[in-house]
Amino acid sequence: MLNNITMGQYYPVDSKVHRLDPRIKLILTIVFIVIVFMAKTFLGYAVILGFVWLTARLANVPFRMLLRGLKPLRIIIILTFLLNLFFTTGETVWVQFWVIRITKEGFLQAAFYSLRLIFLVIGTSLLTLTTSPVSLSDGIEILLSPLKVIHFPAHELAMMMTIALRFIPTLLEETDKIMKAQMARGADFESGNLLSRAKAMVPLLVPLFVSAFRRAGDLAMAMESRCYHGGEGRTRLRVLKLTRNDWIACGAMAALLALIILEGIFL
Amino acid sequence: MRSDTRVQLNDVSYSYEEQATPALSDVSAVIEPGEFVAVLGHNGSGKSTMAKLLNALYIPTEGNVLVCGYNTRDEKLVWEIRQRAGMIFQNPDNQIVATVVKEDVAFGLENLGVPTEEMLPRIESALSAVRMSKYADKAPHLLSGGQKQRVAIAGILAMEPSVIIADEATAMLDPSGRKEVLETIRTLNRQKGITVVWITHFMEEAALADRVLVVTDGKIRLSGTPAEVFDRVEEMREMHLDVPHMTALAGELRAEGMPLKPGILTVDEFVEEVERLCPLKSAT
Repeated sequence: MLNNITMGQYYPVDSKVHRLDPRIKLILTIVFIVIVFMAKTFLGYAVILGFVWLTARLANVPFRMLLRGLKPLRIIIILTFLLNLFFTTGETVWVQFWVIRITKEGFLQAAFYSLRLIFLVIGTSLLTLTTSPVSLSDGIEILLSPLKVIHFPAHELAMMMTIALRFIPTLLEETDKIMKAQMARGADFESGNLLSRAKAMVPLLVPLFVSAFRRAGDLAMAMESRCYHGGEGRTRLRVLKLTRNDWIACGAMAALLALIILEGIFL
Repeated sequence: MRSDTRVQLNDVSYSYEEQATPALSDVSAVIEPGEFVAVLGHNGSGKSTMAKLLNALYIPTEGNVLVCGYNTRDEKLVWEIRQRAGMIFQNPDNQIVATVVKEDVAFGLENLGVPTEEMLPRIESALSAVRMSKYADKAPHLLSGGQKQRVAIAGILAMEPSVIIADEATAMLDPSGRKEVLETIRTLNRQKGITVVWITHFMEEAALADRVLVVTDGKIRLSGTPAEVFDRVEEMREMHLDVPHMTALAGELRAEGMPLKPGILTVDEFVEEVERLCPLKSAT
C-alpha cells in the first residue's frame, strides 16, 4: 500500500514472508538473535546461514539488499575482526613479526565474532525489509500493550510513529519548497566550508520548524474533532490475524533453535 | 432518527485569553436541520471561532451552544457532539492522520469504537459518496488538495453526522478543487439532508447557500437568503465585504433609475432581467 514511498529499508514486493503477521516477525527476530548468540561452532553458523538464505529466497529479497544493511556497520565489523585477530592469545602461530602475532585461534575467533555481528544485522534487516513501517508499528503496539498495566504508552507510541510516517513526505515536500524559495532570494546551500553551510541551513530550518509546529497544532485539533481520545475503547480497522503460514514460520524457527541447542550439547 | 438536529447558539460570547476584545459577542442563531448556511466574514471577523464553538473545540465564555440538543458545556457529551457535528478544516494536509486513504476514513470510526466488521461497509459508502472509492488504497500525499478535502469529508461522513461544519475548507484550494469540494458538500446536503455550516470569505460560495449569515467584529450583522443579503450593497461595503459583481452592477443601475428586480446574483439572472426590461428585437 505504501509502494509509492520509499521509507526506511522496506522492500516492497509481495511474498509469503511479507504477509506474515508483524507480531510473529518481531518475536521471531528476537528468537533469531538469541539463536545467533547461542551458536558455538561454525557448523551452527552454516545452519543459520542456510536458514537466512532460505528466508531471503522466500521473501523475494535479493541477497545484495541484505548485504546493503551491513554497509553502515562495516567499520565496527572490520574493527571487531582486527581486534580479535591481533589480541587473542593462542598456540598455533601463523604470522609473527615485530609486535604483530597472528594465531590460528585468533583468526577463528575474529571470524566467529564478525560473523555473529553480520548475522545479527542481516536477521534484523530481514524484518525491516519485509515489514512496512505501518505494520511494524501495529505489531509493536500490540506486543507492547500488556505493558499498559504499568502505564507504558504503547498506543501513543504507535500513533506517533504513524503520524511521523504520514508527515515525512509532506515535510520533505515543504523542505524542498522552502529551499527553492530561499534559493530564489539568493541563499546558497552548496558552497563554502562546513560552518558556512551549516549557517546557510538556518533560514531553511527555522521556517520548517515553525510550520511543523503549526501543522502539529492543526492536526491535534482535527484529531480531537474526530473524537480521538487516546487508545481507550478504540477499535481497529486493521486486525492482525494469525494464519497457517505464521505457524509454519514459528515451526521453522523452533527447528532452527532445536538444531542449535543440539549443536551446543553434542559439539 | 434523532428528534432534535438543530444547531443553536444562545447569546454566545467567546474571548481568547490573550485578547481584550471578545472574538464573538452575544451571537444568537438557529440552524435548522437540512439547511445549508454560509457564514460570511473577512479575516478576524470571528467566523472561525464560531465554527469551533459548534464542535465543542471551544466552550463559550458566556451563553450556550446546543448541537442536536446537546449542550457543548457538558464535558460528558463532547464525543456525542463531535460525532454529530463533524468538522472540516482549512488545510487539507493537516487533518489527514493515516498513511492510507481508507485508514484515514476509518480514524473516526476507530475512535468511536465501531466494530471492525462494521467499518469496511461504512468506509466504502463514505468514499463512494465523495467519489473517492478508487483512491481507497492510495497514500494521501499523492492526492490533490481537492481530493484530500474530499477524503476529509469522507472521514466525517463515515461517522454519520447530522451536521458538517466546513471552516474555510476551500481557502487553500485551486478553483477546480474548490468547485469539486463545494459540489460534494452540496450533493450531501441535498441527497442525505445533512445540515451544512459553510464558513467562507468567498461571495460566490455564499451565494449558493440557503441562508447567509454575515459576521463582522464578532457579531452577526446580516442574515437572510443570499439575494436579500447581497442586495444590501452599501452595508456590505461598509463591512469591507464584496458582493457578487452582478449584484453590485444591478445595484448601481438601480441607483441610476433602472427598475431591476432585487436578488440578482449571477450573470444569467442579470441577462434575464435586462432582457425582461428591454426585450431585444430579434435580429434574425
